[in-house]
Amino acid sequence: MLRLENLTVEIVGKRVLQKVNLEIPKGETHVLFGPNGSGKTSLIMSILGFPSYHVTSGKIWFNGMDVTTLPTNERVKLGIGVSFQNPPSIRGVKLGDVLQHLAKGEVDEIKLANATNIPAEFFGRDLNFGFSGGELKRSEILQVLAQRPDFAIFDEPDSGVDVENMEIIGKAISEFLKRRSGLLITHLGHLLRYVKADVAHVMFYGMIACSGEPSKILNLIMKRGYKWCERCPKVKKLRRKR
Amino acid sequence: MPKSKKAAPKAIEKPAAFGPDLNIGTFSREVAPRPPCPVSSLPEDVARRALSAGVRTDELDRAGTYFQIDQSVVFKAMRKKFARKAEILSTKDALKYRWVRNYWWKLVDANTDKYTTLAKLKWDQGYFIRILKDQKIALPLQACMFISKENFNQNVHNLIIAEPGSEAQIITGCAIHPNVQRGLHVGISEFYVKKNAKLIFTMIHNWAQNFNVRPRTAALVDDDATFVNNYVCMKPVKSLQMYPVAYCKGANSKVRFNTILHGGQNSYLDVGSKVVLQSKGTRGEVIARAIASDNAQISARGLLVGEHKDSKAHLECRGLLLSDEASIHAIPELVGKVKGTELSHEAAVGKIAEEQIQYLMARGFSESEAESLIIRGFMDVSIFGLPDALKEDIKRMIDATIGGAL
Repeated sequence: MLRLENLTVEIVGKRVLQKVNLEIPKGETHVLFGPNGSGKTSLIMSILGFPSYHVTSGKIWFNGMDVTTLPTNERVKLGIGVSFQNPPSIRGVKLGDVLQHLAKGEVDEIKLANATNIPAEFFGRDLNFGFSGGELKRSEILQVLAQRPDFAIFDEPDSGVDVENMEIIGKAISEFLKRRSGLLITHLGHLLRYVKADVAHVMFYGMIACSGEPSKILNLIMKRGYKWCERCPKVKKLRRKR
Repeated sequence: MPKSKKAAPKAIEKPAAFGPDLNIGTFSREVAPRPPCPVSSLPEDVARRALSAGVRTDELDRAGTYFQIDQSVVFKAMRKKFARKAEILSTKDALKYRWVRNYWWKLVDANTDKYTTLAKLKWDQGYFIRILKDQKIALPLQACMFISKENFNQNVHNLIIAEPGSEAQIITGCAIHPNVQRGLHVGISEFYVKKNAKLIFTMIHNWAQNFNVRPRTAALVDDDATFVNNYVCMKPVKSLQMYPVAYCKGANSKVRFNTILHGGQNSYLDVGSKVVLQSKGTRGEVIARAIASDNAQISARGLLVGEHKDSKAHLECRGLLLSDEASIHAIPELVGKVKGTELSHEAAVGKIAEEQIQYLMARGFSESEAESLIIRGFMDVSIFGLPDALKEDIKRMIDATIGGAL
């Protein structure tokens, strides 16, 4: 479904991703771990093709198609959806209008609103304007649900979300990913109680240090922290490669 | 407020406080008169231009119409159903009533500058609209100031009186014939919103790249009355300078100015709104949105004056730059004259945030769709608190020009 091949990315001359190889097959959900600044969000922005993320070498394949140079909206049309960590607010642009566009007109507002615990009156509100932290996350997820992409990226959908809403969004994401593929970034792993992930990857210095069974990796990180990871020979090797 | 002056105005040489100084002598005052005709039978090109400024010659959803072309009043009437609710006359006819003189040149001083003086000395009609006591009119009244001759100088003087307890909306559209490029429009407008009355006034301008415009507007708002002044100018103009003022003279009177400007090409716009809070419980709100593209220069002014201890007003000005050659100068001013008055402002000028475009592209919009969505959002009129039909009218107008102009 999605394949990153030796992907190296720079932002204003600074390397943020280095020779990243990652393959997420159809029907699988992968989860991405890594300390702050390790390149998780850069990876997502590069998959989306944001212009400041400059691919200096390597390729991004989606459904067998080379999308490395495609503009963001073209990639989205091919079936990539994203729930952002810190979405900007845009005055005068209504959440409902964006949902209509994403869903190509067919949007069951009430169903979506219920699934994400977003009151329907939010549809008439300015995009992300005056939303609380939790509302922002839920509105992001709501937009992915409306879009129904084949491949969905969720960037820390669980940070800053209270217990009740954690269950709501966990179930919503889990239900959504059942017949789809996805990439999940989560810091504390709360979401993994609801969402079944197939493979986990740990990022360090803009590279993937290791991959494996999600619950096993999460347990190790939670128990020992990333400081412990830094002593891993693999990570040490990456640090030298930087 | 100016005092009544009997003496002939002496300010014909006096430049305005703001905006480029124009040589009045380079404009023509010669024009052929036009005969009156039913508003529905105006020529197609006139009707289309009028519509672009919000004036419907089919009078659909309008309570009454005033239509002036150059110096001639071609139509003025309330529709039958509303005939007992309001009067529409030309100001020349209205001044046949002696009492009307008590309202004439009482808020705007003819000696303010050369344009007010010009309007006094070379006066071409204008409308008199009076909403009768306690009459509430659901549909808007409309007025069109049309210029059909190249290089013509039109000087109108309007008088609007909302009698106590009345409620109405007025849409004034100013437009020119497609063949007209250059000219000068001077418009004096004096508003009296009496006790408990509510007047929503909307002025829509649709000029041309070489056209000069100098409106001079003042309003007096009485006890518990509300005056809402909306101004929309989306098309290029050579120079437009105006700084309308509203005096909240009566207790608990409220004033709101909503301004939407788009400066394109080489437009020079110097537009502001003043609110003077003179009594207990007075409230003012000034909201402006300005977009500058191409080489446009925009000054967006605002002045709030608090003269009473129980008064409150807020000014909000946002400017969006779409070109590196354009500029927006936001000049918000607050003058507190007594303690207890609460005046505040916020102003912001900037370009479209890249982050917003990228976000919308990640939602499947193309770059240009994202930009246009953000610009339309910037011009969102739902914050103005307008009646639905008027809101839709203005929104349509903005959409139509944004599509073509940006």
